[in-house]
Amino acid sequence: MLDVLMHFCPGCSHGTIHKLIAEVIDEMGMESNAIGITPVGCAVLAYNYIDIDWVQAAHGRACAVATAVKRLNPEKMVFTYQGDGDLAAIGAGETIHAANRGDNIVVIYVNNAVYGMTGGQMAPTTLLGMKTATTPQGRDAKLHGFPFKAGELISQLDGVCYFTRQSVHTPAAVRRAKKALRRAFDNSMEGKGLSFVEFVATCSSGWKLSPVEANRWMDENMMPFYPLSKE
Amino acid sequence: MEQEIKLLKGNEAVAEAAVRCGCDGYFGYPITPQSEILETLMELRPWETTGMVVLQAESEVAAINMIYGGASTGKRVLTSSSSPGISLMGEGLSYMAGAELPCVVVNVSRGGPGLGTIQPGQSDYFLATRAGGHGDFNMIVLAPNSVQEMYDFIFTAFDLAFRYRNPVMILSDGVIGQMMEKVTLSPALPRRTQQEIARDLRSWALTGKPAGERRNIVTSVQLDPHVQEGVNHRLQAKYKAMRENEVRCESFLCEDADYVIVAYGCSARISRKAVELAREAGLRVGLFRPITLFPFPYAELSALNARGFLSVELSAGQMVEDVRLSVGCRARVEHFGRMGGVIHSPNEVFEALTSKFTDK
Repeated sequence: MLDVLMHFCPGCSHGTIHKLIAEVIDEMGMESNAIGITPVGCAVLAYNYIDIDWVQAAHGRACAVATAVKRLNPEKMVFTYQGDGDLAAIGAGETIHAANRGDNIVVIYVNNAVYGMTGGQMAPTTLLGMKTATTPQGRDAKLHGFPFKAGELISQLDGVCYFTRQSVHTPAAVRRAKKALRRAFDNSMEGKGLSFVEFVATCSSGWKLSPVEANRWMDENMMPFYPLSKE
Repeated sequence: MEQEIKLLKGNEAVAEAAVRCGCDGYFGYPITPQSEILETLMELRPWETTGMVVLQAESEVAAINMIYGGASTGKRVLTSSSSPGISLMGEGLSYMAGAELPCVVVNVSRGGPGLGTIQPGQSDYFLATRAGGHGDFNMIVLAPNSVQEMYDFIFTAFDLAFRYRNPVMILSDGVIGQMMEKVTLSPALPRRTQQEIARDLRSWALTGKPAGERRNIVTSVQLDPHVQEGVNHRLQAKYKAMRENEVRCESFLCEDADYVIVAYGCSARISRKAVELAREAGLRVGLFRPITLFPFPYAELSALNARGFLSVELSAGQMVEDVRLSVGCRARVEHFGRMGGVIHSPNEVFEALTSKFTDK
């Protein structure tokens, strides 16, 4: 990690997830061998915080970018870091096909059920009834369809060797999440296929809640619909 | 050394050139009339010889973003498509120009708009020279008019792409892509090694952050508008250098010409025959062929003393605007071209010339 101020809002999960990734890369001794791909969204500037080589991808296309980075540089450890708007809406196609090809990359998917950077609009993952800037009356399935379980969809594909859903809202969850990240990165270097690590995450600004309230709201509303993996 | 000569389609020549120029990766999606490029590469299996990666992408959008990823690591990467697919690549091309990444994109163009026709067209001139994507950027555009040039320009395009760290487009058409001609093949060049990339391209390419050194970030986003404006000034200086140094063109019987046909790609081949017909009829007609469409050979065309210029394109008239910019009000400028996949014949071009310039 670089010693700089983060642009993330108070209570946001990104900072903790960034730190876990940096720790895992460091513990694996892969600082000089890792290439990360940032999305469009709140994590676009992840390259300002984790001290490795980075490429910033067009909105939703991180998995296509990662496919070529890895195939042309098979000795490198390659991962994408994407939000739910980036991965599950505009980038659903690229994500599904990278997963189906079994590209040896890690996809880190941060799902906070909302578009954070553009000001809290509905994402594919927005829960039914949830109020956002573009669903002021709450998400209505008749109008907007249903919340999208990208992780479950991806996990069905033959090229995926590991799917896990984690969070970082308690110390125990943070410890489990770090283990999951390590396993995913190990998989990618062992050539096992694509590893998909989903994080159920908070967006206190987008949800218009305090950090403490956001954690509680996530526990009560997000977790039942996006259940965490046991390990 | 004995020359290696093969009878090839234009599209096949692109595939042969890719393997022989030391290309590291091809990523593309099938679309007529250029699918033979991917098909030929899959038959050549370069991953077993040079180590070149060949991958069929799930869309043109994915393909251009794979190109973006590959280029970010300093690799020589190639994609190809035809008109509708090139439209889909626009955002990716803009990202590559913004992030200053080299790549080669081949457009074997067809008639449009929309799904249009699978038959040849030259109606992507504006797309290639004016609006490859959003934002202020340009790319060098090479227009081959033979299968040999389809082959040769892959080498030229990679040299230019890395010299300027910018996408280079080869704007071909369905005629040049599909027709067969003899091609003289050059000896294969080796791919750059990882050590060479780390040594020569580390100032920008992602090779993994060397211990104790600065990391590299490939990006086109600058949230501070003043920083972004600085990026734009740097890019514009690069495009200016392209305009000053990279103009390529060819003249045929232009010295004494009263009338000059201006044409590129397949229309240049057809128009050359029309020039011969005109000469046989006693008319002093020449052919001027821009080889780079960006940068356009404004000065070279402007230096010709003809009374009339006829821009011949398989379009409603796109390059004709650059011909007018070159000639100004000094001489008459007209356009002729069939559209929608219909190809003009040499006789049609000759008749258009005589009917449009009745004061012959």
